[in-house]
Amino acid sequence: MSEISSDAVKSPGAISLEVDDAVFAVDHPVRDPQALTSALLYLDAITVSFDGFRALNALSLVIGDREMRAIIGPNGAGKTTMMDVITGKTRPNTGTALFAGINDLTTLDEAAIAQLGIGRKFQTPTVFDMHTVEDNILLAVKADRRAFANIRWHRTAHESARVDELLERVRLKDHRFRRAGDLSHGQKQWLEIGMLLAQEPRLLLVDEPAAGMTDQETADTAVLLKEIAKTRSVVVVEHDMQFVRDLDVKVTVLHEGSVLAEGPLDQVSADPRVIEVYLGR
Amino acid sequence: MNRTRIIDRTGGIFLVIVLAAAVLVPASNLLLSPTNPLHVPDYMIPLLGKYLSYALLAVAVDLVWGYCGVLSLGHGAFFALGGYAMGMYLMRQIGPRGVYGNPVLPDFMVFLNYKELPWFWLGFDWFPFAALMVLLVPGLLAFVFGWFAFRSRVTGVYLSIITQAMTFALMLAFFRNDMGFGGNNGLTDFKDILGFSIQAPQTRLVLFVASALALALGYLICRALVTSKYGKVLVAVRDAESRTRFLGYRVENYKLLAWTLSAMLAGVAGALYVPQVGIINPSEFAPAQSIEMVIWVAVGGRGTLVGAALGALIVNAGKTWFTGVLPDAWLFALGALFVVVTLFLPKGVLGLGAQISGRLRRRPPVPVESTP
Repeated sequence: MSEISSDAVKSPGAISLEVDDAVFAVDHPVRDPQALTSALLYLDAITVSFDGFRALNALSLVIGDREMRAIIGPNGAGKTTMMDVITGKTRPNTGTALFAGINDLTTLDEAAIAQLGIGRKFQTPTVFDMHTVEDNILLAVKADRRAFANIRWHRTAHESARVDELLERVRLKDHRFRRAGDLSHGQKQWLEIGMLLAQEPRLLLVDEPAAGMTDQETADTAVLLKEIAKTRSVVVVEHDMQFVRDLDVKVTVLHEGSVLAEGPLDQVSADPRVIEVYLGR
Repeated sequence: MNRTRIIDRTGGIFLVIVLAAAVLVPASNLLLSPTNPLHVPDYMIPLLGKYLSYALLAVAVDLVWGYCGVLSLGHGAFFALGGYAMGMYLMRQIGPRGVYGNPVLPDFMVFLNYKELPWFWLGFDWFPFAALMVLLVPGLLAFVFGWFAFRSRVTGVYLSIITQAMTFALMLAFFRNDMGFGGNNGLTDFKDILGFSIQAPQTRLVLFVASALALALGYLICRALVTSKYGKVLVAVRDAESRTRFLGYRVENYKLLAWTLSAMLAGVAGALYVPQVGIINPSEFAPAQSIEMVIWVAVGGRGTLVGAALGALIVNAGKTWFTGVLPDAWLFALGALFVVVTLFLPKGVLGLGAQISGRLRRRPPVPVESTP
């Protein structure tokens, strides 16, 4: 663990952030023999144009299994559009997007992609305000998503156990019966991360998790994401350089819809092109 | 939370009142002497029955608006279609007793020189078929409409506008004599229902009781739905649709199910309404009618089901009283009511109690509707 994480553990009232394997346990299917690539996420030459403006311009990106990647780039670099393409919200004009080597993400809708195991956290925390904290997690717990099945639904012991584990994990156990809308901003961010974990995704896309958080919350979030990345792949889009430094992972710099540089933060931040378009401003 | 109880306190009180009315109103009408102040006169029975069918309609509107966030300004269409299906059955029951004495063709068809019964009138002389159509016609229209609208992700005000356009288009279509539904005059002059005279006080009592039972049953169906996990997903869709989608739920299927069920309930309400008021005509499709339904729900309390039924009863009782005393002022009163409710009673009449007690003593946040 880094120095930041030990700070987090010492913070008053903080629950130990030592990994609880049960929460993160995930069955990684054996790689499909028909898989075209060993990468979990494979984007090649993705182009998205809106009325002639190229939001993504031949973007290529490969995320390995259980890899954590930070993505940075100035506003308008295409970070959110990239997330939209991966999660099925936006269809690319050209290019290949494969998940686990076999699933063509450009042909699937959001629900199908979510069920495949790609979870997404939005930039502004998006939780179900009118539901209790507990129900928010429950709705996210991996289970049958069909409408008719959910009419006859009764909570299983497995679901109860998962909800308890996850509430503990994101430190919201004491708030379980509160309306999610009454939580603080930082708590909502964590609740959303809890919902993401409940989905048991193999790939998490996290958009600016540290936005609007206190320094302590930011540091804790970095630790949490690093723990998650032990069992899953995580892609973090972030503006906060200190946070990216805390993550201590490979960084991809996007600029004008394509990859400008890739590598450890120190290396990319020394790259003159990166300094020119982003860091130098 | 485990599954929330289907019958909570408010719902229990509501059901007791509805079922008590189903027993006490006929009892008072039949057993008490007309001079007794508690006697419910004959003319009141179909009026009360009409209110109950409106209450069922309001519950249907609340299911999609209150829980699913779909503001329908076209539920009058489903209500009217259910009403027309029932009206067609009642027309066929007239038989040779019409003015023109034609044993097969209803009067308006003789008048318009129809030579034979149009194909879509076939089968409506048989009650079970007509009853099935009461459910299927609105249900099918809603299903097809919802299939396209929800799949194309039309939401919010745009969806409201096309629901409005749907009912308006149907109104214009039903006004045409060529449609085969009696045009401007609609269907009326009914004689019998299931062999009983539709004017007889006893028949009207049975229709009243049927309306009360339908309201209770419709409420229970909707309540069972909204207290299930399905219902939680519906509320999630209402509050954060794309989040729900990224959790892996096919939002369009969830909406379509609630929407279609709601249309079928509205159809049943229409079918109960028609024999009690004795007429169905294209004015039921008028956009203003559908907007009024939304006002009932807003007045009673959106997203509560009971509130919707309550709102329908309050507004319609008010309408009956007002149009008797000050006929010209009714629309102004309705508008004022809507403004007052929107500004001061965001949770409607049903939320009034909680609003007052909440203001008197600042309560700590209490978990809503959850039993640990």
